[in-house]
Amino acid sequence: MRGIGKRFGSGLTALESIDLDVGRGEFLSLVGPSGCGKTTLLRIIAGLTEPSKGERHLSLAAESDGRMPFGRVGFVFQDPTLMPWSTVIDNVLLPFRIARRVGPAERERVGIEIRAVGLAGFERAYPRQLSGGMRMRVSIARALVTDPDLLLLDEPFAALDEITRMGLNEDLLRLWESRRTTVVFVTHSVFESVYLSTRIAIMASRPGRIAADLPIELPRPRERALRTSPAYATLCATVSDQLARAMAEEATSPATLTHPARSLSSGRDPRGPVGAGSPLSRTAREGDERSEAGEGGLSRR
Amino acid sequence: MSPARSRRLWRIAAPLAVGAALLAAWEALVRAKGIPPYILPGPALIAESLWTDGPSLLGSLLVTLRVTLAALAAAAVLGGMIALLFSLSRILELSLFPYAVILQVTPIVAIAPLIIIWVREPFLALLVCAWIVAFFPIVANTTVGLNSADRNLLALFRLYDASPVQVLRYLKLPTALPYFLAGLRISGGLALIGAVVAEFVAGTGGAETGLAFRILEAGYRLAIPRLFAALFLLSLTGIVIYLVLDGLSRVLLRHWHESAIEEGEEE
Repeated sequence: MRGIGKRFGSGLTALESIDLDVGRGEFLSLVGPSGCGKTTLLRIIAGLTEPSKGERHLSLAAESDGRMPFGRVGFVFQDPTLMPWSTVIDNVLLPFRIARRVGPAERERVGIEIRAVGLAGFERAYPRQLSGGMRMRVSIARALVTDPDLLLLDEPFAALDEITRMGLNEDLLRLWESRRTTVVFVTHSVFESVYLSTRIAIMASRPGRIAADLPIELPRPRERALRTSPAYATLCATVSDQLARAMAEEATSPATLTHPARSLSSGRDPRGPVGAGSPLSRTAREGDERSEAGEGGLSRR
Repeated sequence: MSPARSRRLWRIAAPLAVGAALLAAWEALVRAKGIPPYILPGPALIAESLWTDGPSLLGSLLVTLRVTLAALAAAAVLGGMIALLFSLSRILELSLFPYAVILQVTPIVAIAPLIIIWVREPFLALLVCAWIVAFFPIVANTTVGLNSADRNLLALFRLYDASPVQVLRYLKLPTALPYFLAGLRISGGLALIGAVVAEFVAGTGGAETGLAFRILEAGYRLAIPRLFAALFLLSLTGIVIYLVLDGLSRVLLRHWHESAIEEGEEE
């Protein structure tokens, strides 16, 4: 069986004692101010960055020799990250090309995936001929083409305008609902995360940690109308509250000035100097908080 | 007429008009002041000399062109390979790059006599001189290009467990292509300059004489119109080399690189 359970206990300088379990089929959002290590956390999950402390564990299909089997993890970056010299088809085909598996079946998959993200007719287009939203769709198609068990998205819609963003939210929701791939979605938009997720982990910075873990129990399938429902508004308020609390705590520490909205530009996590005096006490408290908030989140499946 | 077409027409017509006006002024000046042709021949006389001496000059042009193109090809191949080595090994780059710079900044006129002494075969000697002048822009540009791959794309390749060869083939080489082509365009002109300088130093290049030697010869004999005619051919050659390389670059990059995208072509 392909079961997913990721165990997590890491301590980068950007991240302090993070424990996180993601159940199979969950849509987990990591919400937090910029610089709280969301991206770093996501890169650790992907195996792109090694944690300096702690360990990550992915139970994926046919994990044999400790190496990740091909294409089980899909990653969508903040930028579309396409190869400008390749057409849409060739960009989406890239994972297969790297695996030296380019046959009719793979080409078929690529075609299906391009249609699934709504880009039928643009197969032979080059990235520069596409709009920002369309490029992001190509990027999502590429991440999904190997039919991954785990899809990681790093603020994929941050640079897009509101209208395009809403459209992509809908599409991502539909893709997830039809496949139930496990998703970890990094964002700094409360509304987006509540709308999409089954669970939200709120992160705080300096050091990066998980301040709260909330289940989002809204009816499915979710539709646009949900955005105006009272239940949605209540949840958004709760998440915003928790976020504000996490940041207020942080504001008491001296060297901190946080601008939650200021995050579009760099996208890099500041990996500050190694914090020598790592606050163990904080870890303990954080653990308590998690256990009280996290139960609902783990109850699905 | 569409604005794009009229703009293209202007791009050709305007410089031509300026050129014609300059030539007319030149001719008028020479005639009005009665300047003797051994000081400054008029364009008409140069054109006449080009017509009469054309065939023999063309033969010499071919000799120079052969050296130039061979040097350019060698610069492209060897320069590209050196850049590739540099991108594979940082230590190699750190230890060898300064010597490439030294080779570049040393005036070719100063080392050409040595090379001509060391390398017996005249064609090869000229080739080496022209190559030394031409290879550096390709090495420098391509090295930068190979190191400019998008960091996120590199991460993506790692995620899918790509081999170093695959990263090179699917990511680094395409990234470096525009840089390499920019270097090639510079090197095209430099290879011609290198070939001419080497011929100047070498004098007669064995049995065959290049265009540079014809310029020297015409100077000694005060056959100034012929000197100008040879000069004209040389400039024309340089322009053609540039245009060909520029066209090559446009064709190769037309789908994706900003430098090759025409104004107003944007969707």
